[in-house]
Amino acid sequence: MNEISVVAVLSDPVRRRLYDYIARQPHAVSRSEAAEAAGIQRTLAAFHLDRLAEAGLVDVTFRRLAGQAGPGAGRPAKLYRRAATEYQVSVPPRDYRAAAELLAEVVDVTGAEPELQRSARSRGAAAGRAARWEVPDQSPPDLIAGALAAQGYQPYRDGADIRLRNCPFHVLASRYPPLICGMNLALVEGLLEGAAVTALEATLDPRPGDCCVVVCKAGVSKTSQS
Amino acid sequence: MTGYHLAQLNVGLVRAPTDSPELADFMAGIDPVNAIADAEPGFVWRLQDGDGPGATAVRPRGPDLMINMSVWKSLEALRDFVYRSGPHLDFMRRRRNWFHRMAEEYLVLWWVPAGHLPDVDEGMSRLDLLRSNGPSPLAFTFRDPYAAPPPSSGGPEQRSLQHR
Repeated sequence: MNEISVVAVLSDPVRRRLYDYIARQPHAVSRSEAAEAAGIQRTLAAFHLDRLAEAGLVDVTFRRLAGQAGPGAGRPAKLYRRAATEYQVSVPPRDYRAAAELLAEVVDVTGAEPELQRSARSRGAAAGRAARWEVPDQSPPDLIAGALAAQGYQPYRDGADIRLRNCPFHVLASRYPPLICGMNLALVEGLLEGAAVTALEATLDPRPGDCCVVVCKAGVSKTSQS
Repeated sequence: MTGYHLAQLNVGLVRAPTDSPELADFMAGIDPVNAIADAEPGFVWRLQDGDGPGATAVRPRGPDLMINMSVWKSLEALRDFVYRSGPHLDFMRRRRNWFHRMAEEYLVLWWVPAGHLPDVDEGMSRLDLLRSNGPSPLAFTFRDPYAAPPPSSGGPEQRSLQHR
């Protein structure tokens, strides 16, 4: 399937809801869980999930649920996870990644990292002010999770923390980790400042598959703000 | 049959003496970060010299060049520690507070026979090789990695690595 066909699979709103739910979860999702989250019947969910899997947007694994074992235990449960492959569609064709790599390399070599972090913080603050202006009375965690979701981070709650399933700069971050993770941290720090949220702070705490940045209760993080 | 482990050396030009207030956070953070590395299943060995945390007193090229050298079971194990453990990633993010920017390569990776522990001269010569020739199977980087040689049974490459 070419990339336009793959992305077009998401034009169905139900399929889109299923995909968005699965993409945000840190665990593999069963058909029942996905169906409930999307507010549809299990059989309809199964149909759409198979379309998502065929397109390569989700990966399928099988797991025996607790208590199942031996012959006659029934089939293992089918579980779904967001696939790792990136699909990019841009019309007309635009390739910002090539420019980003060049710029990242220059920042790396010239040592302009502090300036990059300052710029990122400033840009994050603008997004934070905009989010606060739109929903002035929303609670800090909801406001921040909403703003992060709008930017593609796919936030999920982990106890009192907000963790992020997706790094919007993934490929670039794997080639220039400290540079891009530092920039990302500054963006989220700026977001918190701009939204005037002091009860939460951003820190670096990578988990496999997640973005390095975590938003947690202020005062408990082990990383410095310097 | 001998497998291979991954050796790494990184260098930095400190902005101030190690006992200065400017470097205090860095010096205080070394032991905790090293402890995390030591606990990683892929960690094999680190250069220590006893006069300070890690290898901070080793100065092979002038008073301001600090080095760090270690050996790991695989490239992935080292990569996970360097870029995916919170405290070390945070250290790296803040490195400009403590180290001057370096136009040349400051990190080199190379394969060593399992059980071989490199010394400072070996590490520095691999860094020189990377700086003069760019990435190659004998000296490379995370961005341009090379696979380990096939497990050897005492062929020429193994002999040349041991002949020091």
